[in-house]
Amino acid sequence: MAGGISTALGAKSVRSGQKVNGATQESPWVRRLIIGTGLFYFALFLLLPLGSVFVEAFRKGLDVYLAALMDPDALSAIKLTLIVAVISVPLNLVFGVAAAWAITKFNFPGKRILITMIDLPFSVSPVIAGLIFVLVFGAQGWFGSWFLDNDVKIIFAIPGILLATIFVTFPFVARELIPLMEAQGKEEEEAAIVLGARGWQVFRFVTLPNILWGVIYGVVLCNARAMGEFGAVSVVSGHIRGETNSMPLHVEILYNEYNFAAAFAVASLLAILALLTLLIKTFVEWKAAKVNSELKEG
Amino acid sequence: MSKPLFKRSVIPGFGVTLGFTLAYLGLIVLIPLSAVIWKTSDLTLLQFWQTISEPRVVASLKLSFGASLIAATVNAFFGLILAWALVRYSFPGKKIVDTLVDLPFALPTAVAGIALTAIYAKNGWLGQYLEPLGIKIAFTPIGIMIALIFIGLPFVVRTVQPVLEDLDKEIEEAAASLGANRAQTVFKVVLPIILPALLTGFALAFARAVGEYGSVIFIAGNLPMVSEIAPLMIITKLEQYDYSGATSIAVVMLFLSFILLLIVNSLQAWTAKRTGREV
Repeated sequence: MAGGISTALGAKSVRSGQKVNGATQESPWVRRLIIGTGLFYFALFLLLPLGSVFVEAFRKGLDVYLAALMDPDALSAIKLTLIVAVISVPLNLVFGVAAAWAITKFNFPGKRILITMIDLPFSVSPVIAGLIFVLVFGAQGWFGSWFLDNDVKIIFAIPGILLATIFVTFPFVARELIPLMEAQGKEEEEAAIVLGARGWQVFRFVTLPNILWGVIYGVVLCNARAMGEFGAVSVVSGHIRGETNSMPLHVEILYNEYNFAAAFAVASLLAILALLTLLIKTFVEWKAAKVNSELKEG
Repeated sequence: MSKPLFKRSVIPGFGVTLGFTLAYLGLIVLIPLSAVIWKTSDLTLLQFWQTISEPRVVASLKLSFGASLIAATVNAFFGLILAWALVRYSFPGKKIVDTLVDLPFALPTAVAGIALTAIYAKNGWLGQYLEPLGIKIAFTPIGIMIALIFIGLPFVVRTVQPVLEDLDKEIEEAAASLGANRAQTVFKVVLPIILPALLTGFALAFARAVGEYGSVIFIAGNLPMVSEIAPLMIITKLEQYDYSGATSIAVVMLFLSFILLLIVNSLQAWTAKRTGREV
């Protein structure tokens, strides 16, 4: 489905030692050409931008770098980004677990449509994700006049940023857990019930240990997007400095003011977050592969 | 189907979890999305057409879809090569490359945007060498393509990689023992098997690129008629309080994304059928 590829945790097949064989292997120079081309593409489009973030951030020295991060506007942007992640990620986590439970443990009509609906936010442009909340809550929107009369601010305020973030990160946990729990079936849960476990105990002691790594994986990806979302948040935020500026929006403002060193300093924090995300993701994949191969051997 | 619609299950929690799922889905996704349709029904067909046929809007839609198509094609070609190298060969740093391929999924788009601009601007890392050669990248459609290549990079690699990994070596050995040379085996045996996965990756990269905003606007320069993308036109309309105009462009984009979604779904069904693996 659009926007996401299957990232289900699975054991990667282990390639055993390969002997060079002219009929089933490429000649050495073809191999070098393929590796070289692949790595050139990787370095030019991926490594270079990543490296440039850190080089540009420290171009004017450590003092300028730290000053940019200690700036009150930067600190309030960091705080807003953390608040948004702390609220939106747990909500989508609870949703993801509930949706995966309903979809994988029971049969009901319309299941495939429901899964497609859950994936919808991935195929909507972030800008449109922001637009829909402006249409609902904006001054001319559905509830706009009511909110205006009662002095409740949604758009150009934190609630709007939260809603837009929850929308764009909506599918992450669910789409990680659905294939995983589908593959694990429901025999273990049924056995636990027969042995007298109560509903919550079944989840806590039978299901959760089985899906823990998948949950972590989904949460980490969800968190990265929640902290880094730019387009959707940009539409609903109103760009009020020190109030409705998240870290990515703060990067934009600094950049547009030609304050490049500060822009890249804040950007480098987000890049570190991305690298940490990939590190945890790799660790989780490695862990899941290990569990899988142990299961096969045992 | 002979199964009853609702099979009794001993596992508890069906009502609670499905109820919560539907309520949350409705509140966060479906009701807000339906606002677009509600807003569109406010418009007359003439108003809709006037917005959509504005030269600036037409240019932005053409640019968004054209640049996305080229970027997805570049990613399909190089992504296949990188996936091949990662699955079939070993080379130093392979694990690191494999991990970092997902970077565009994890790196905030605004960060990618300013980084690419720093590289390709007139006085940038590469820009300073390209500019004297007469090659302008930043603030042109080429810059937009480069940003779209960046954000679409993981899709093809990650859809082709697992299919290539699961590919039975015996198929290639059979082709070889029947007298095919290596090139024939690769192009007539292996490539047709991974073709559906390759097309899926292409379509996913394309769909993502069409809606992309953050990584593009910095490097695009946003010159009307030259380097304005469709999502930016939505924001421009919103800033002019032209909600109908913004919604009209959004409807066109949503419609085209919906068609893409259908194509991706049928491609994935094709992949599953051809390779016998669940996608």
